[in-house]
Amino acid sequence: MEYECCASAQPWVQFGVEHSDGPIIALAGNPNVGKTTIFNALTGMRQHTGNWPGKTVKQARGSYLYRSIRFTVVDLPGTFSLLSHSSDEQVARDFLVFGRPSATIIVVDATRLERNLNLALQVLEITDRAVVALNMIDEARNKMEIDVEQLQKELGVPVVPTVARRKKGLDKLMQTVYELTCEGLPTSPLRLTYPRHIEEAVQRVEPLLKEELPPWVNARWLALRLVEGDVSSLRSLARYAAPAEKGVTAL
Amino acid sequence: MKLSERLKDDPWLFRIASRAEGALDSAGPAERRKAINTEIVSLTYEKAEQIARAVVKPLPGKNRDLTLRLDDLLTSRWFGLPIMLLGLGLIFWMTIVGANVPGEYLSVALFWIGDQLSRLFQWAGAPDWLHGFLVEGVYRGMAWVVSVMLPPMAIFFPIFTLLEDAGYLPRVAFNMDRLFKAAGAHGKQALTMAMGFGCNAAAIVSTRIIESPRERMIAILTNNFVPCNGRWPILITLSILFVGGAVAAGWGTAASTAVVVGFVLIGVMVTLAVSWGLSRTMLKGIPSSFTLELPPYRRPQVGRTIIRSIHDRTLYVLWRAVRMAAPAGAITWLMANITVDGTSLLAMTAGWLDPFGRSLGMDGMILLAFILGLPANEIVLPILIMGYVSAGTMIELDSLAALKHLLVDQHGWTWVTALNVMLFSLLHYPCGTTLQVIYGETKSIKWTAVAALLPLSIAVGVTFTVNQLVQWMGWV
Repeated sequence: MEYECCASAQPWVQFGVEHSDGPIIALAGNPNVGKTTIFNALTGMRQHTGNWPGKTVKQARGSYLYRSIRFTVVDLPGTFSLLSHSSDEQVARDFLVFGRPSATIIVVDATRLERNLNLALQVLEITDRAVVALNMIDEARNKMEIDVEQLQKELGVPVVPTVARRKKGLDKLMQTVYELTCEGLPTSPLRLTYPRHIEEAVQRVEPLLKEELPPWVNARWLALRLVEGDVSSLRSLARYAAPAEKGVTAL
Repeated sequence: MKLSERLKDDPWLFRIASRAEGALDSAGPAERRKAINTEIVSLTYEKAEQIARAVVKPLPGKNRDLTLRLDDLLTSRWFGLPIMLLGLGLIFWMTIVGANVPGEYLSVALFWIGDQLSRLFQWAGAPDWLHGFLVEGVYRGMAWVVSVMLPPMAIFFPIFTLLEDAGYLPRVAFNMDRLFKAAGAHGKQALTMAMGFGCNAAAIVSTRIIESPRERMIAILTNNFVPCNGRWPILITLSILFVGGAVAAGWGTAASTAVVVGFVLIGVMVTLAVSWGLSRTMLKGIPSSFTLELPPYRRPQVGRTIIRSIHDRTLYVLWRAVRMAAPAGAITWLMANITVDGTSLLAMTAGWLDPFGRSLGMDGMILLAFILGLPANEIVLPILIMGYVSAGTMIELDSLAALKHLLVDQHGWTWVTALNVMLFSLLHYPCGTTLQVIYGETKSIKWTAVAALLPLSIAVGVTFTVNQLVQWMGWV
């Protein structure tokens, strides 16, 4: 079957997502950028809501069919960043890092690109299978000119202009998600180069993390968190990616 | 604390963290790594800005966004804080000017109702003690609170809500962020502090927006230092009496406003100083970064905002005050009317507190009023007045002049007394409700005690120092 290429054997249950045959798509973005509108437009009536396991943060998920593959969309809480530590941000970050979504849609508000790119850059530090939905492009075009090609080149991932309220650009968005998950569309996401003292520290920590961690964890990302002394991402590491030798075997 | 120590409970994480620390220690001193979080955040922002600049071109002929232009001014490095202070002054000025007139009508009306109640009791042949307890104690206590508090709150809260709706409050947090960060606290504390101007109890709940437990605790412990609704009346009334009257006619309101703004500034400075002290002693650590959205400015919906804020805030706070004032009025009436050897309990306790009160530039009755006012700060002034007047009940004071006569001529207040009462009121301790909320939020008797005793010791220290200084310099 065609869709086997993009299915994943993730223990989604940890994230409150029931077993799914098809790929899981994460939907990330700042608050008030039309993220939920995109979610609703994509999934229509096929939605479930619940809480993230162990959190009081609301989780919405839904699905849509594209080229006879059922894509499950997980709507992450709207956040301004993934760096500080509110429970919303933690949920979003944990899912992106440890939930291993097959692709991530980053919704940005085209009229406030500068502020929105901050989160986009942080997501791109975590994953390379991402597409940017440049939402409210109609409104933006009244005030400014946005060079989509250039933005795509800068970010290193596909950028799709959308108007979620009028369901514009969603086809292209679904197609790009399909290409990312099932056709291995190559990307080269922008990764920031930090000042030398940070990069040196990362270079020391990263190799020894690679020895300890399962191969799918983004070791550079985690090394950066270790260097800045972030306890919460390590806690999440133990929660979602602890090796079986710790005595916990997956059921 | 070292990362590995904080992860001791998990052997796997402990191993990872220890190995990483081993590698990092050889890379250089740990101090250099302290600011790495901030560096990473700001680098990300810079990059986002750089990309946005490269990709976005504003259409020619279009004006720059109004929000951006306003923000250039309102959050500017040099004008941001002064504009904020001016705005605050303007709000107080409007409150002081506007509250005068309705306040008088209101007290006349409420005390007229009180008289009718007395008649009703007489007509029904109720015993004197019952009339005294219910009408002179409970009802007058409530009437005082309503007539003193309602007018300023009915003006202050809607204006404050309008600013909030227009999108100004996040800018306040933005302007204050640097100061709080320098004090080792969280920038969002500026927001919870602003909330404290309304009600400290509500502000304590609002500290939930601060995720780091350390910084949240700092915000909780220092919230008391900004005057809440219950304390505005005492600050505003005393500054009108002792400052407004002392300057040339026509300038009274301006001078009173300046004094109230001054007290707010003192409160903010104490907040910063205590935050600084806490973050270096009991609550050590470095401030964490956060993202603050500056939403676009919006024209507030004036009518709806005013109605909503009067309903949600003014009436809510007022109702709380009334509920607190009724029992406190009753207790005060009892204390004033139960006598031992011809002296009332109130007078006895006040006499016992007097030496201590005098050393702080106040007197025993003032301290007693603060103690009895623990349930709600708004009843401190009514209790004080009630304690002062010989009748032993909260008499009606039809004008501020009568209040001044009572304080200055009959009980020997000077400007130093007023100053110390205002300082003590600003600093002393959060009200009973707030303490209850603090306990609810921290679930710790220890921290609740700190939240009460830390401000109290500061209040005692400051008033004592001020009084000694004034006496020593011979200014009175």
